[in-house]
Amino acid sequence: MTGLTLLIPLALVLGSAWLGVFLWTLRSKQYDDLDGAALRILDEDADRAP
Amino acid sequence: MTAQPAPGAFDVWTRADGPLRHIDLHVPGISCAGCISKIERGVRALPGIVGARVNFTTRRLAVDWEDAALSADRIVATVTGLGFEVRPFAPEEAAKADDHGRTQELIRAMVVAGFAATNIMLLSISIWSGAAAATRDLFHAISAAIALPAVIYAVRPFARSAWSALRHGRTNMDVPICIGVALATGMSLYETLTRGAHAYFDGVTMLLFFLLIGRVLDSVMRDRARAGVAQLLKQTPRGALALMADGSTEWRPIDSVAPGMRVLVAAGERLPVDGIVEAGTGLVDRALVTGESAPEPVAPGDRVLAGTLSLDAALTVKTTAAGEATFIADLVRLMEAAEQSKSAYVRLADRVSRLYAPAVHLLAALTCAGWLIAGFGWHAALTTAIAVLIITCPCALGLAVPAVQVTAAGRLMKRGILLKDGGALERLAEVDIVMLDKTGTITRGRPVLDGIGGLAGDDAAAALALAQRSTHPLARALAAELAALGVAAAEVRDVREVPGCGVEGIVDGAAVRLGRPDWVDPAMPRVRDSGRLVTAVRRGGGDAALVRFRDELRPNAAAAIADLRDQGCDVAMLSGDRAEVAADVATSVGIRDWQAGCAPAAKVAAIAARQSAGRRVLVVGDGLNDGPALAAGHASMAPASASDVGQAAADLVFLGDGLDAVPAAVRLARRARRLVRQNIAMAVVYNAVAVPLAIAGVVTPLIAAVAMSSSSVLVIGNALRLRIGGGRA
Repeated sequence: MTGLTLLIPLALVLGSAWLGVFLWTLRSKQYDDLDGAALRILDEDADRAP
Repeated sequence: MTAQPAPGAFDVWTRADGPLRHIDLHVPGISCAGCISKIERGVRALPGIVGARVNFTTRRLAVDWEDAALSADRIVATVTGLGFEVRPFAPEEAAKADDHGRTQELIRAMVVAGFAATNIMLLSISIWSGAAAATRDLFHAISAAIALPAVIYAVRPFARSAWSALRHGRTNMDVPICIGVALATGMSLYETLTRGAHAYFDGVTMLLFFLLIGRVLDSVMRDRARAGVAQLLKQTPRGALALMADGSTEWRPIDSVAPGMRVLVAAGERLPVDGIVEAGTGLVDRALVTGESAPEPVAPGDRVLAGTLSLDAALTVKTTAAGEATFIADLVRLMEAAEQSKSAYVRLADRVSRLYAPAVHLLAALTCAGWLIAGFGWHAALTTAIAVLIITCPCALGLAVPAVQVTAAGRLMKRGILLKDGGALERLAEVDIVMLDKTGTITRGRPVLDGIGGLAGDDAAAALALAQRSTHPLARALAAELAALGVAAAEVRDVREVPGCGVEGIVDGAAVRLGRPDWVDPAMPRVRDSGRLVTAVRRGGGDAALVRFRDELRPNAAAAIADLRDQGCDVAMLSGDRAEVAADVATSVGIRDWQAGCAPAAKVAAIAARQSAGRRVLVVGDGLNDGPALAAGHASMAPASASDVGQAAADLVFLGDGLDAVPAAVRLARRARRLVRQNIAMAVVYNAVAVPLAIAGVVTPLIAAVAMSSSSVLVIGNALRLRIGGGRA
């Protein structure tokens, strides 16, 4: 039982962290141009800032 | 190709962003990784550029730059110089395209519901496996703390849709969902506060999660289909170079061009207005209006339409109609009207839920009344009634349709067919007559040399030299064919393109002409009509050699049409071309029912006539002019070679040349329909088993969770059967 007081908050914190990161990727438009992202990988000197 | 309009023409399309300026450009020609880096690198090399980024999915280039450093025209000129055609994106349109708000909102709701469902399920499992007393109450309280905000956030899309349905006196799938979710959450809260044994937080969040998966899948498919009609107007320029009374010229946005005004159009530019040619003779590419690829000659006095392309000559046009009054604006209105009639189509899931929702609510009310009459008191009666609502919540039903449609879309994608909307798949399964366009649909829509005939030796070398200097489609086809045959171009000088006629030049001291037969050799009969796919070459005073072209059939055209008949569909052809050509194509692919010389409105009328006779029409077409017809059909398909508008208006787009994609899509759509029906039947069977249990009051949160997830898994599993088997579908 003592483990639960640590594990439940830990699970919730990790879960919320994942949720936050996902929502951030969504908001920063990382899913806007999925086809383009697949093609950009083919560009050899694409290591420049967008 | 595109000639540059007057300086400052593109400034209208920029917007200020602090010290920076921003412009969105539509670059339809982007097709590969090379194009992306070529354009981005090219633009970034300009002075003052802060950022240039291509969005491949929407074929858009967004550029930010320091205002003082350069003008928008310079950016456009740079991209044009790299060989890409550029059109400005109106700022308000660009803002609209950025906001695919609905899908984003659904995805956010889905991940929140998923987060809540997984975490609550962990707590629920320990409750089910025996946690009791204080531990259970604590876990219920934690579940409530997670579930409440999550449910309030995730139920909003359903609540909005349910509310709008109720306000219009209808009910839809979302009404029982919202009532079920609200009651179950309320009851679970009550149970938690009174330290009761059963809370349904896991069931509620899981239900929302499953349903939102279905909605997201559906919405993602629909997003791809958007922005159809707006494309058509993009084909007309946004401004015109007006010729003032004093002979000066001035660039004007299209809104302030009035009928009667004279407008200058450079070679290679699209016409901004409908009007009458006052000066200049040349060839006009009318593919936008007629869908036929051969350019037509125009001379002073001829009528020309906005959106058509002046190929080789500068024209002065007296405006008769501009903006909303043009022919192309009419096309847009036709398309919008047709789209509206299509949106009246009620999707299968909604038709089912029209019966489903009242039945479920009646059942819950009867259960409540029954338990009260039997004397069990309010608490027991209400809990049981709510259990009925939860168990009947259309979880499997909500997944039954989208799961099949997404699987079908994946299967079609592998076959090279892009599906844009789940509803389209349902409509496609219902079609019983297929109406095809001719040019570009049954045929490839590009001229192919029909043997080079008498063209050999020096004639061929001279013809190649001239053909290489021309932009006419026939000349290009000829040049490509001769070059492939290994003919070396002759040395040519003084090349001159004669608008509306052809090209001439001097080879080895002799004048050579390539072009319209009656211009090349005045002795030839003037064959204005059937001469469209014939060109001639003449050296000096010698005999003219005729070169004929034909429009080749798509591969498997005849087989595809036979296949459609095997599946019980009638096949008809609608063409904008002349009767002789249409008859020829129709017989060679085995179509008996055809109509030639159809304008866009005539095609729509022919389709509407069949539809009102109770037929379900699948329209297959490609041209801009087919846009209204594609929108008018019960379902529609376009080849990937179609114009932007054709592709945007069609429900399905097939890559590759073969016409056999059409019967394949119909076959898969019908298979998907069978699976959807099976899924709905399964959902009904599930209810038939679970509902009596719920009415009897033996459904605990554990049973509800198991029943809900197992029925959803079953439905998804059945949908995945579409991935395997089915032969060549």
